Amino acid sequence: MDKKIRVLLAKPGLDGHDRGIKVIAAAFRDAGFEVIYTGLRQTPQMIVQAAIEEDVDAIGVSILSGAHMTLFPAILDEMKAKNAGDIILFGGGIIPDDDKEELEKLGVAKVFTPGAPTEQAIEFLKKTIADKKSDEKIM
Amino acid sequence: MTVLERFYEGDIRALSRIISHIENGREGYRDVLSRLYDRVGSSLRLGITGPPGAGKSTLVNCLAHRLLKQGHKVGVVAVDPTSPFTGGALLGDRVRMSDFPTDGSFYFRSMATRGASGGLANATDNVTIAYDAFGFDVTLLETVGVGQVELDIVDSCDTVAVVVVPESGDSVQTMKAGLMEIADIFCVNKSDRPGAERIISELRQMLKMRKPPEDKWSIPVVRTVATSTDGVEELEEAINKHRAHMGESGFFEKRRRYQIRKKILTVLRNRFQNEFVDRLREQGDLDQAVDEILAKKTNPFEVGDNLYRRFSA
Ligand SMILES: Nc1nc2c(ncn2[C@@H]2O[C@H](COP(=O)(O)OP(=O)(O)OP(=O)(O)O)[C@@H](O)[C@H]2O)c(=O)[nH]1
Ligand SMILES: [Mg+2]
Repeated sequence: MDKKIRVLLAKPGLDGHDRGIKVIAAAFRDAGFEVIYTGLRQTPQMIVQAAIEEDVDAIGVSILSGAHMTLFPAILDEMKAKNAGDIILFGGGIIPDDDKEELEKLGVAKVFTPGAPTEQAIEFLKKTIADKKSDEKIM
Repeated sequence: MTVLERFYEGDIRALSRIISHIENGREGYRDVLSRLYDRVGSSLRLGITGPPGAGKSTLVNCLAHRLLKQGHKVGVVAVDPTSPFTGGALLGDRVRMSDFPTDGSFYFRSMATRGASGGLANATDNVTIAYDAFGFDVTLLETVGVGQVELDIVDSCDTVAVVVVPESGDSVQTMKAGLMEIADIFCVNKSDRPGAERIISELRQMLKMRKPPEDKWSIPVVRTVATSTDGVEELEEAINKHRAHMGESGFFEKRRRYQIRKKILTVLRNRFQNEFVDRLREQGDLDQAVDEILAKKTNPFEVGDNLYRRFSA
C-alpha cells in the first residue's frame, strides 16, 4: 500500500477565524491526504505534541493575527526541542515578502501568500514528502 | 538504536512510528506486533460508539481527564471515515480535546478507516496492542460516527458505551436489535436538550423486553451533558461496575478468549487476502481467466477451485 500523506493543520494564536483553514483541509482531503485538524488557539507546544502523536509528514499553520514572526520561530524551536525537526513546517496568512523570506531562512519550508491556490501547496507537499528519506530501522 | 528499542524506552516518537508502521502494513509489521504482544498486560479497552455528532469525542475528553486524575495512563484512538472517492480523510476528533499533559501520560491518535466498514480501521485493534505494550493502562476507542450498527468495536473492547442523543429517537427504533448486542452501557448525551426523558424511557422499555443475557449484566442508561461534564462521573461508575461484574462473573475472561479466537482468524484472513487474493489481482491471471470465461471455456467456480488448489499446493 502506498503511504498516505498525513498533514496536521493548526491555528495558533488568538485570532478566531477558521474558515480559511477549513477550506484548505477539505482541499487536502480531496487530494487524498489524511488531514488532522486541531482547531483554534493552539500553542506551539500543543501543535508539536499533536504532530508527534499523529506522526504527520507536515504541519501547516495559518496565521492571520500578524504574530507570525513570533509563532513560526516558537514552533520551530519546539520542534527542535522535541526532536521533531524532520517534520515539514509550512504556513500561510497575511505575511509580507520580507518576513516570508526571513521565515524560510529560519526553517519554515514554505510560506504561502493569501492568493496562492491550494493546488500549489498540494504539489509542494507531494514533492517534498516524496523526496524525504529515512534510514530509520524499525527493529 | 532501532525504533523498537526506543519504544521500549518510552519514547513517544517511537510509539508514533510503530503505529504508522502497523497502520501502513509495512514489511515486517507482523513481527513487530508479535514482539509487542509479549508485553501486553492488562490494559482496559473502552469503546465509545454512536451516531455522528452525538458527542463521542467530547465524552472521551471528559473521561480521559478523569482517568488521568486518578493516575492512569491513557491512550485514545479516534477513527473517522476515509472518503471512498479520494482516499483522503478529515480527522477532526482532536478538536474536542482540551489541555492534556504532554508528559507521556496521555496519547491521542486519529485514524482513518482506509476502506474498512465496521466502524474502525483494520489496524485499530493492532494499535491497541501497541498502546498496551507501551504502558497505557486504559485505551479509549472512538468509532466513526455510525449510522447503523457497527460491530467491530465489540472485538476490540472490554466495555462498549453506545452514545445516543435526544434527536436519535427514531434511529434507536431501527437499530434496536444490533444496539442491544453491542451496548454494555447506554449513554444519553446532550440530555440538556428536549426529548431526553423520552429517549431514556424508550431505551429502558427496550431493555426490559429483551431476554435476560447470559452474562446477567443489566445494561444501565446513563444521562450526560458532555459539554458541562454533567453525568460523566455516573458514566465512569457504570464503566467500573461493568468491569467488576465481568470479572466476577468470569465473562471478562470469556470475552477476551472470544476476541483472541477472532483475532487469529483475522490474522489468517489478512494473510490470505494479502498474499493470495491481492497477488492474483496484480499478476494478471484474472484477466486471462475472464477471457476464458467469456469465451465459454470455463466458469468462475472452476477458476476459483483451480486457483485455490494452486494456493494450497
Ligand atoms: N448541547 C450539547 N452539545 C453537546 C454535548 N456534547 C457534545 N456537544 C456538542 O456536539 C457537537 C459534536 O460533538 P463531538 O464530541 O464532536 O461529537 P462526535 O460524536 O465525536 O462527532 P463525530 O466524531 O463527528 O461523529 C459539538 O459541537 C459539541 O460541543 C452535550 O451534552 N450537550
Ligand atoms: Mg468525534
